[in-house]
Amino acid sequence: MLGYFIRRLLAAIPVMLVLALSVFLLLRLSPGDPAVIIAGDMASPEQVASIRTALGLDQPIYTQFFIWMGNMLQGDFGTSLISQTSVMTMITQRLEPTVSLALAAIVFTVLISVPLGVIAAWRQGSWVDNLVMSVSVVGFSVPVFVIGYIVIQVFAIKLGWLPVQGYRSLDNGFGEFASRLVLPALTLSSVYIALIARMTRASMLEVLKEDYIRTARAKGLGERLVLFRHALRNAGVPILTVIGTGFALMVSGVVVTESVFNIPGLGRLIIDAVLARDYPVIQAIILLTAGLYVFINLLIDLSYAITDPRIRY
Amino acid sequence: MHTHSQMHGLPARYSIHGWTTKLLRLRPRTTTIIATTTLAAIVLMAIFAPLIATHDPTELSPASRLQAMSAEHWLGTDAYGRDLFSRVVYGARISLTVGLGVAFLTLLIGLPLGLIAGYFRAIDAVLMRFMDGLMAIPGILAAIAIVSLTSANLWMLMIAITVPEIPQIVRLVRSQVLATREEAFVEAAVLMSTPTRTILWRHLMPNTFAPLIVQCTYVCAAAILTEATLSFLGVGLSSEIPTWGNIMSDGRIYFQLKPSLIFWAGVLLSLCILSINLLGDAARDALDPIMKRKEG
Repeated sequence: MLGYFIRRLLAAIPVMLVLALSVFLLLRLSPGDPAVIIAGDMASPEQVASIRTALGLDQPIYTQFFIWMGNMLQGDFGTSLISQTSVMTMITQRLEPTVSLALAAIVFTVLISVPLGVIAAWRQGSWVDNLVMSVSVVGFSVPVFVIGYIVIQVFAIKLGWLPVQGYRSLDNGFGEFASRLVLPALTLSSVYIALIARMTRASMLEVLKEDYIRTARAKGLGERLVLFRHALRNAGVPILTVIGTGFALMVSGVVVTESVFNIPGLGRLIIDAVLARDYPVIQAIILLTAGLYVFINLLIDLSYAITDPRIRY
Repeated sequence: MHTHSQMHGLPARYSIHGWTTKLLRLRPRTTTIIATTTLAAIVLMAIFAPLIATHDPTELSPASRLQAMSAEHWLGTDAYGRDLFSRVVYGARISLTVGLGVAFLTLLIGLPLGLIAGYFRAIDAVLMRFMDGLMAIPGILAAIAIVSLTSANLWMLMIAITVPEIPQIVRLVRSQVLATREEAFVEAAVLMSTPTRTILWRHLMPNTFAPLIVQCTYVCAAAILTEATLSFLGVGLSSEIPTWGNIMSDGRIYFQLKPSLIFWAGVLLSLCILSINLLGDAARDALDPIMKRKEG
């Protein structure tokens, strides 16, 4: 077990190195000399040169890469070209809205999609199954921002149940916080619900054919117990995988949802950074997100090994 | 092509002939028919946009801004007085160009890389680590970053959307090649000292086609979605160009006043992506019964 763990951990290192190198080169390939951008239009060549020395831009490129890597590993992601504040501070300030949004969306997803998938598989070919499958295809195809505006139009404008846009921190009380989180979280979970309902169904269909399900039924267990205790537990592994691979969907969903609902999170930060060409911020967000992706997939691989003893390679 | 496979003694089930006939034998389910019709309508709309559109989609007319539907402006006008109907019609051009362009570029780069990774063990390890790294960057962020480095013209946009799609295709082609290279006919070709180029081109590549066709339809749909998302976020093509994402992005401010500014572009965008995805599913079902059983 420990050996497997260490091997998987080591395998993640080259991936992270490739990532770091691509992200580093991205900044270096960017048009415009960072020193000139920082110095501003009025700067003399001497000022630009001194900034270049201060940033280490006069060093050979591989030296720059190692210095940059060293800083990253110490949690120093540099300084924003625009606001001149530390990128790490900017990111931590924006973390709360994004994490709340993502967690709420995952809760919605699991609560809605897993039961749907189980029922669809249990009654394969029935109208419930057809409905779940068609809704999931539509869920894949309708862009998140379209769903966002439909949700706003229906629940906020026509029915007036919930606020249209904006975000309130948890410090302002749970009611304020939750009422503004429901619509964005529902919007964000739409793609995920489609994906996981489909996967749950497929995975359950496989498992329901197994002998131990027949045994469970034969010994007179109730259908609910058979489905949720015997089948769903075994169908869980592929569902876990999808949560990992669906991470990319989640990221793009977060960026769009935050934009539609005016939520000041990381998604908005990266869009603002792109529009302002604030490369250190772009770099840091991409690197952290990609790192998180590698980490989540590592956790999922490990959870396989724990939940399914047959997987040990 | 048929004669090639006979010349090289390929068994019938490996011939290129096999998947074309299978594709032609697509079971015309109702959904497939509806999807084909919808997509055909959108394609025709894109091709004949200048004939269908009632106005110049970029013509500003501040005097007639935010008008309701009328005989003059079928879907009304936007905040700059531009004719919404004409903009939505022209929007199909960008979306379809990006979808097809990205699918083609992904194939152009992904197929050779996948063949090489699958066939040459030494290159495989390095290339696939690189692909793993690339895959870890969420597509939308990679596209945003690439677009942010350059001016967002159509070519750069397509390249930016293509790059994150490549690893999927490379993995798919590689896995097909790994499976096929152990087959007796490949071994026979190697023993007859067939040039490697020929083995890759004539023996291994055709076997990747069936899953590739399916994957490319999904790439096409995903590319259309990504382009619209980038435009919507304001980091895509210049906002003067009528794309469905731009139309929706422009309409955001006046959305509560006039939902139709977002509605029509959103509906067409969704229908377009939906019908491509449904055609992809139909192609998958026709070409690969095993995959169908698994995914349902």
